Amino acid sequence: MTRKRARLRRIAIGGAAWAVALWVFFPILWMVLTGFKTEPDAISTPPHLIFHPTLSSYREVFARETYWHFALNSVAISVLASIAAILLSIPAAYAMAFLPGRRTRGTLLWMLSTRMLPPVGVLVPIYLLARGMGLLDSRTGLVVIYTLTNLPIMVWMLYTFFREVPIPILEAGRMDGATRWQEITQVLLPLALPGIASTGLLSMILCWNEAFWSLNLTSSAAAPLPTFIASFSSPEGLFFAKLSAASTLAVAPILVFGWLSQKQLVRGLTFGAVK
Amino acid sequence: MDQAAGRIPVAAAPVGRPSRARRTGGALLLSPAVILLLVWSLVPLAMTLWYSVRRYNLVDPTQVGFAGLGNYWYLLTDPDFLTALLNTAILVGGVLVITVGLGTLLAVLFDQSFPGRGIARVLVISPFFVMPTVSALLWKNLMLHPIYGVYSAMMRAVGLTPVDWLSRYPLATLVMIVSWEWLPFAILILLTAIQSLDAEQKEAARMDGAGPLAQFRYIILPHLSRAITVVIMIETIFLLAVFAEISVTTAGGPGVASTNLAFLIYSRALLQFDVGGASAGGVVAIVIANIVAAFLLRAVARNLEA
Repeated sequence: MTRKRARLRRIAIGGAAWAVALWVFFPILWMVLTGFKTEPDAISTPPHLIFHPTLSSYREVFARETYWHFALNSVAISVLASIAAILLSIPAAYAMAFLPGRRTRGTLLWMLSTRMLPPVGVLVPIYLLARGMGLLDSRTGLVVIYTLTNLPIMVWMLYTFFREVPIPILEAGRMDGATRWQEITQVLLPLALPGIASTGLLSMILCWNEAFWSLNLTSSAAAPLPTFIASFSSPEGLFFAKLSAASTLAVAPILVFGWLSQKQLVRGLTFGAVK
Repeated sequence: MDQAAGRIPVAAAPVGRPSRARRTGGALLLSPAVILLLVWSLVPLAMTLWYSVRRYNLVDPTQVGFAGLGNYWYLLTDPDFLTALLNTAILVGGVLVITVGLGTLLAVLFDQSFPGRGIARVLVISPFFVMPTVSALLWKNLMLHPIYGVYSAMMRAVGLTPVDWLSRYPLATLVMIVSWEWLPFAILILLTAIQSLDAEQKEAARMDGAGPLAQFRYIILPHLSRAITVVIMIETIFLLAVFAEISVTTAGGPGVASTNLAFLIYSRALLQFDVGGASAGGVVAIVIANIVAAFLLRAVARNLEA
C-alpha cells in the first residue's frame, strides 16, 4: 500500500518535473528544429511538427551572411579576453590566498564592487573614449572591456580555488629552494588546473553572450555574434529558418560549455556565497 | 609556517601574518589587477560625473559650458524619465517575483529523485546560456509572433484570437522573456543550496511526522534564505541593466512604454547625442546600483568570515 503510494508519488513528481523541463526548453528545441526547415515550412500555420529536414538555411547563413566573420570575432574576442583576465588574476589571487594582509579582504570586496557598476552608467565616457582612440568597432576595444569587466569575478573564483590548495605542498617546494615564479608555475598551477579551467570557461561564457558593449560599440568589422543576431531584429528576422539556423550556431557551443560547468558556475556567479 | 595560520580566515587577527618582505611581494603581484581596476572604475566614473554637469551635445556645437544641475533638473522633470524609472522597477520586481518564487518551488521539485533527473535538470537550466539577443528574437518571432508564432498557433487551436503581445503588452511580455532567461539561474543556485542541506535533518523531520509542506516551511525555506538573498541581489544588479532584450524587441516602444533606465540613457546618448543628459542619467543608474551592491557586498563579506 505505502509502496504503491510512494511509486505513484514518484511518477507524479517525475511527470511534473519533466513537463516543466520540456516547457522551459521548448523555445530552444523549436529554434533548432526551425533551423532545419525551409522558409515556407518555418512560417506555415499551423506549424508543422513533421517536416522534411533540410540544410538549406544553414547553407545560406554560411554563404550569404558571412557567419564565419562574426563567429571568428566572437572566438577571438572571448579567447583573448579570457587569457588576458586569467594572466592578470593568477598573481592577484595568489597574493590574496597565500600572502594575505590587513587589506586583503577590503581589496577583494572592492574588486567585486567594481563589477557591480552598471555598464550604462559609463556608456557615455566609454563610447567617447573608444571613439577618441579609434577603438569603435574594433576587436581590441571589446577585448579590453571584457577583460576588465570579468577580472573581479575571475580573481574571486581563482582565490576560492587557490585556498583549497594545501599549504604544506607549497612550503615543501619553497624548502627545496623554489623561487616564487617556480612555486606558482610548477607547484600551484598544476594543482589548481581544474579550477583555472573552469574559471576560464566561465569567462568564455560571459564574453560570448555579452550584449551591451557589443551592441553599442561594434557594428560590422568587429561585431561578435550577439550583434550579428541583433541585425535580424529588422524585417529580415521574418526569415524564421535563417534566423533559427544562425541562432542555433551562435548558441550551441556555449550551451555545451554551460552544461559541462554548472557546478563551478554557481560558485563563480555567486562569488562563493553559495556552495 | 606562518602561512598556515594566516591563511584560513581571511579576516583573521594579524597573528602570524607573512613577513614584511613577503607582503611587499604580494602587493607587487596584486598591483597589475588593482591598478587596472582602479583606472577602469574611476576614470569613466569621473568622466560621467563631469559630463553630467556640462552642456554637451555631440551634434550641436553651440551647446557648451557649465550646466550646473541643469541636466539633472531636466532629467528629473522629464515624464519619460519617471516612466523609465517605473518601468525599471516593474521589470526588476516582476522578474524577481517570478524567478525567485517559481525558482524555489522548482528547485525543490528537481531535488526529488525521478527518472531522467539529470537530463531534465540540464534542459531546465539551458536558457541561461542563450545569449540575450537570441532569447529575445526567439520569443519575439518564433514563439509570440501574432501570425507565425507557435503560441499564436496554440491560441488559435483552442479557439482564441492570437494577441500581438509585444505591442499590446510590451512591458509584461519583456518581464516574461527576461524571466525565462533568469529562472534557470534561480533554479541552479537554489538547487545547489538545497543539496547542501543535511539529509539526516530532513530524515529526522520526516520521522517526527513533518509532512512535505511543514518540511518545506520549517526546514528547507530557512535553509534557503541566504541563497535566496544572494539570488535576489545578483539578479537585481543584472536586471537593472537589461538592454539587449529591449533593443531587439520593442526598441523601448511603443512610445516609451517599455523603456527602462538603461534604454533611456542609451537613447539620450547615442540617438539624441545628448552627452550631458545621458551622463546625468548614468549617475542616477550608478547610485541605484550602488545601493543594491552595498547590500550584496555585505552578504558576501559575511560569508568570507564564516
